[in-house]
Amino acid sequence: MFDASNIIVGLEIGTSKACAVVGEQNADGSLNIIGLGQARSRGVRKGEIVDPTQAEEDVRNAIVEAEQMADVEIRNVYLGVTGGHIRGFNNRGVHPVVSADREISEDDVQDVVKNAKAINLPMENNIVHAIRQHFFVDGRDGVANPVGMLGSRLEVDVHVVHGNTNRLQNAIRLVKGLQLEVDDIVFNGLASSLALLTNEQKELGALVIDIGAGTTDYIVYAGGVIQHTGVLAIGGDHVSNDLAYGLKVPLSRAEKLKLEHGSALMDEESKGQTVRITNELGLPLKTVNVGHLRQIVSLRLEEIFQLVVHNLEQAGLSDYLRAGVFLCGGCARTPHIARLAEPILQMPVSLGQTNSISGLKSALDQPEFITGIGLVKFGSFKTRKREGGPSLAQGIKGAIANILRRS
Amino acid sequence: MKTKTQTPSEVLKPAKVPAVKIFGVGSAGVHLLDAMDKGEFTGAVFIAINTDSSSLEASSASVKIQLETKLLRGLGTGGDPERGHAIAEEQFATLKTACEGAEVVFIVAGLGGGAGSGISPVLARAAKETGALALAFVTLPFTCEGNRRQQQALQGLDQLKAVADGVICLPCQKTFKLIDENTSMLDTFRIAGGLLAESIWGVWRLFTRPGLIHIHFDDLCALVRDRHSESAFASVEASGPARSREVVEKLLAHPLLDEGRALAESNAVLVSLMGGKDLTMADVNRVMEQISRHCEQAQIIMGAAVDETLKNRLFVTVIAAKQNVAPARLPAAAAPEEPSEQEEISRGLGARPVRDIAQSPSLTMGQREQLLSGQSRSRARKARSGMLQTQLPLAIISKGRFDKSEPTIHKGEDLDIPTYLRRGVPLN
Repeated sequence: MFDASNIIVGLEIGTSKACAVVGEQNADGSLNIIGLGQARSRGVRKGEIVDPTQAEEDVRNAIVEAEQMADVEIRNVYLGVTGGHIRGFNNRGVHPVVSADREISEDDVQDVVKNAKAINLPMENNIVHAIRQHFFVDGRDGVANPVGMLGSRLEVDVHVVHGNTNRLQNAIRLVKGLQLEVDDIVFNGLASSLALLTNEQKELGALVIDIGAGTTDYIVYAGGVIQHTGVLAIGGDHVSNDLAYGLKVPLSRAEKLKLEHGSALMDEESKGQTVRITNELGLPLKTVNVGHLRQIVSLRLEEIFQLVVHNLEQAGLSDYLRAGVFLCGGCARTPHIARLAEPILQMPVSLGQTNSISGLKSALDQPEFITGIGLVKFGSFKTRKREGGPSLAQGIKGAIANILRRS
Repeated sequence: MKTKTQTPSEVLKPAKVPAVKIFGVGSAGVHLLDAMDKGEFTGAVFIAINTDSSSLEASSASVKIQLETKLLRGLGTGGDPERGHAIAEEQFATLKTACEGAEVVFIVAGLGGGAGSGISPVLARAAKETGALALAFVTLPFTCEGNRRQQQALQGLDQLKAVADGVICLPCQKTFKLIDENTSMLDTFRIAGGLLAESIWGVWRLFTRPGLIHIHFDDLCALVRDRHSESAFASVEASGPARSREVVEKLLAHPLLDEGRALAESNAVLVSLMGGKDLTMADVNRVMEQISRHCEQAQIIMGAAVDETLKNRLFVTVIAAKQNVAPARLPAAAAPEEPSEQEEISRGLGARPVRDIAQSPSLTMGQREQLLSGQSRSRARKARSGMLQTQLPLAIISKGRFDKSEPTIHKGEDLDIPTYLRRGVPLN
């Protein structure tokens, strides 16, 4: 029999699919993806559950498939959350060191982080993550771990990700209804970045844009820590919807056309080129102009990137991204998307690749499973920490979802 | 006779309360006057003016003036502004005497009936002639009160705007956002009256309390003069350490500001902050920063004042006015119901072939703009909202899959609408 503690499951209830990824953690800490289950999602719009009954069925199917593939029984999951209500911002906490010898203890660190989290959130909102960035000891910058140092005043910067409690609870309740335990909730953008970025890239500064069906999540690392997160409630669904509207075809057909002929760039040869849509009997229904199709897709994707760039410029982060931009999510499959994004973002753009994870080739190479894999990776950090393993370079150890305690 | 005395010395000693007379004109005006808390307006003289003796008898105003001629036999104007107007002209001397001695005259009236719409403009003129500043606070009738009243109200409003220094106008229809199905008639009128009273109270405080950053009465008048008939206003208050944030949140959620959209559409905004002695610059700064972010195109006039009784509380009054954007407004409102419906239909038909943004030649410039930019579309819709209940702009672009989900709004643009439509990229 397997040892249950080694199994980590990431569950993402996405807009296009519900997906469960099963990972196995080896004794040396390396991760191995051993199972993957997915089901077409029908009860989710813009990353949020709108039809719990449908969504529950889809999640169950995904879990069952993953269980069969990995030959394990899933009891606990790390749940990915997203949605337009999720926001991120930076905050600083201060704590005077009171002990006689001025040595900073673990308790002081706990206190200062607690202070940093005591922020003025709207009543109905709850913290998803509070991630430590840097400590300051007596105003001195860039202290990674202050325990044991001497000082009189300890400060810490945290990046806080928060969201609407009720909307977060919707997903948690749904999973609990399936007799599964939610170990923790994780912002999807954070999960994706964990799966994609190496420590070196985080140090250099990188932007991960996860363009899913319902939402576009993005997250910025600079100097090894998370500096900025954001969610746009736009995604591949919008592309399909635009096509359905612009080409006057049903949504399902638009979806298919997008996958077959979609491209992020308008090229000369596609101008005036047409494809014929046929019904199930092979009879022609209508003709669609590929040039129009690509233009609609291109404009929508362009706008998404522009919104992200605009947001980063407001946060003043555009100059810190020396490792470039990494794309993932279903929309990252769109041909030439990197070439479309580069002039807008003015940075090298590449499709994200999972690293330092072994396992199913079919899962690791797909941009849409990266969030699921990231959830497993988040879980592995958590378990390692719980076992008192090596300290986390990623600096996510402060992540706490107190929302779970309330439920 | 007193002349207009907004002298510099008065500005330097803003604690001095200028002589204010508050007139309630017509039955609605008298009611509104009664509903106001007299204790809060120290130093003001309340005067009720009506043609109908019974309404005056019930009033608690300190001075009552009944404009009476034999023609009316004490029964009022019968809803005819012409009669109200004629009587007021006849008794112009009386009105003028009543205004005498005031530096500022507030006129409170419900437009649409005979007395309110007929007498108010004359009263405003009388006030002007005695040298006082005239500021009118009026309500427009509910849509269900009928077309005729609506027209009379608009006419009265136009006349009033021509003579008064400033008009702040509350269309009663807007209070529907504040009430639910089960609210009684009585409560509805009380709410509408309460809103108007609140704004009077807000304006009153603007120039009676010591201002650190003083808003001149002239500023206010300049703001509300020559603007669209609807000035949106809201007063909110909050207390505690997070008050500045809370105040902004409340403002943006205020139904009369259309959840903050009115701010985005206005081109002049007056903000008055009032706090206790502990009002900090940071508070003021935070509120103003947020507000100015929401009304980027607007000219902002801001004032801050300290009232020692307001301990730990912050009180913000916002008056947002917009330029008259719809010159076609009056004819559209004056026309009977059917043509406007037809117009709606023709717009609907004109809009239907636009799916490919191949603009059909029948579109007017305004409609074209509606199609091309989400922001201007909503503005145009707002401008019409007082006149007729139209839903057309929603029907022009169907949101397909996102019809029922929460819209993704970014800077006033509805991102659920296809990008190529919003940017006006033609597909050909």
